[in-house]
Amino acid sequence: MRARNTSSIVVTALAWCAALTVAFPLLWALLTSFKTELEAASFPPQFLRFAWTLDNYRVVMADGDYFASLRNSLVIAGGSSALALLLGVPAAWAMAFAPTARTRGTLLWMLSTKMLPPVGVLIPVYLFYRDWGLLDSAFGVALLLAAGNLPIAVWMLFSNFRDVPAEILEAARIDGASMLQELVIVLAPMALPGLASTFFLIFTLAWNEAFWTLNLTSVDAAPLTAFIAAFSSPQGLFWARLSAASMLSIAPVLVIGWFCQRQLVRGLTFGAVK
Amino acid sequence: MTAAAISTGSGRTYLTLRARLMIAPAVGLLLAISILPLTATLWFSVIDYRLLTPGSSRFVGLANYGRLFTDAAFLPALLNSIILVVLVLAISILGGLALALLIEGAKVGRGALRLLVISPFFVMPPVSALLWKNLLMQPVAGFFAWIAAIFGMAPLDWFARIPLVSISIIVAWQWLPFACLILLTSLQSFDREQREAAQLDGASAFAIFRHLVLPHLARPIAIVVMMETIFLLSLFAEIFVTTGGGPASSNLAFLVYSEAMLRYDVGAASAAGVVAVLFANLLAFFLVRAVGRSLDV
Repeated sequence: MRARNTSSIVVTALAWCAALTVAFPLLWALLTSFKTELEAASFPPQFLRFAWTLDNYRVVMADGDYFASLRNSLVIAGGSSALALLLGVPAAWAMAFAPTARTRGTLLWMLSTKMLPPVGVLIPVYLFYRDWGLLDSAFGVALLLAAGNLPIAVWMLFSNFRDVPAEILEAARIDGASMLQELVIVLAPMALPGLASTFFLIFTLAWNEAFWTLNLTSVDAAPLTAFIAAFSSPQGLFWARLSAASMLSIAPVLVIGWFCQRQLVRGLTFGAVK
Repeated sequence: MTAAAISTGSGRTYLTLRARLMIAPAVGLLLAISILPLTATLWFSVIDYRLLTPGSSRFVGLANYGRLFTDAAFLPALLNSIILVVLVLAISILGGLALALLIEGAKVGRGALRLLVISPFFVMPPVSALLWKNLLMQPVAGFFAWIAAIFGMAPLDWFARIPLVSISIIVAWQWLPFACLILLTSLQSFDREQREAAQLDGASAFAIFRHLVLPHLARPIAIVVMMETIFLLSLFAEIFVTTGGGPASSNLAFLVYSEAMLRYDVGAASAAGVVAVLFANLLAFFLVRAVGRSLDV
């Protein structure tokens, strides 16, 4: 019995050490964000005994670019996720409640579009967008991200809808509910947790997306990914400021992610792991 | 035939029709945003198209492909793409599995452990790349340089000496949480009675892991491999903000970007894009077949 206790203490201790190691870069950046630039670059590094300051956060927020980028991130991630749900909910409804012989094929085809690397379509998209005036527009990027996340949204919604008893929807239909009523009044309340977690997952993916956002935006529509990427120039040498800007950019989705981590597993494995 | 049967019959047709209408917008958008531009990429790859000399869109056959394959940057980019995927998959899955087993066995604070471990997954690529590059891997005052100094070693100039490995480590750090979380969830659904029965029969911990746990994890591991491969083939931001390309760290995705956006050679860039698509499809063919079989639809 004692041997067993000892081994579980060792495992627990190891688990904590390993988890803290994984989280260390973030914890270190959090610490650095409260240092002065001089302390941030000091060698050997300062751990806790330094003059804690909020100056870096003040400097980053005083820069107008931060709030403009934050707004663009919200618009792009929010807009693309709303659009993906708007298209994904009806599609998932059809697959879950009116399946045909082709449903499985359609689902797998949607998944296979994710295997198309964005670079394969970068150039035409760039040139079309240039001609249509969609370069550097939040709408243009949101449209692409909606399409990119649509397969994940459909899969996730589909796997959620299948837990809803079809009889209830049929009963509503027999009572003369319109399609819209069936979706909004009958299905949505029952599938609310699934809808919410789908929205948050694709919102997070869109928030962090850094291929289209870096390639198709420059000034007006640049979201936080572009704001941070700009620190790769010599500005990146200001470690404390980089850390503060990083914390401000990741905080919203980090918190959302903590709350949605269990649904994340189900969503990104297409319901195969619950 | 009774009236009821007729009405169900037509009801079903009506339902199917409605279902098609409901799927149509989603399928339409996906077609418009994948197949249409892909066709355009194929077309651009066989014409002479330079952004700086508009109007020159002569059909040149496979000349762009010839120029691409003889380009000194092509083969390294293809190899780098493969190395990146393999390294990141290896680190994230082995590390993620080890971590998942530890957390599963931990007695205190499993919820907090999950939060700590999953966090890097929600960090946007430019942030993780720049934090690692500057705060940790910087050779003069970075954290790793300090660790090296403690052990009396010379600091490693990560991005100058081993750029591709450095990028792989950063990317693996972002994906290890994903692998860990999925494997952990799967571990927690592992049948306790089965494990206890095996223990009573005198099976060693390793035998239980090898013959019971590992087969149970086969499907989640296959899914992790597929999802990570999808995202890893398009790796871009981490290269963009750290090394900014170059033969030592460019992958196919970055090659397309630099041919088109930096050298304005749409033809060669499109040819590279087509190669990237073929390459991804080759992998997809095997992955989707392996995983699609195990998805319960």
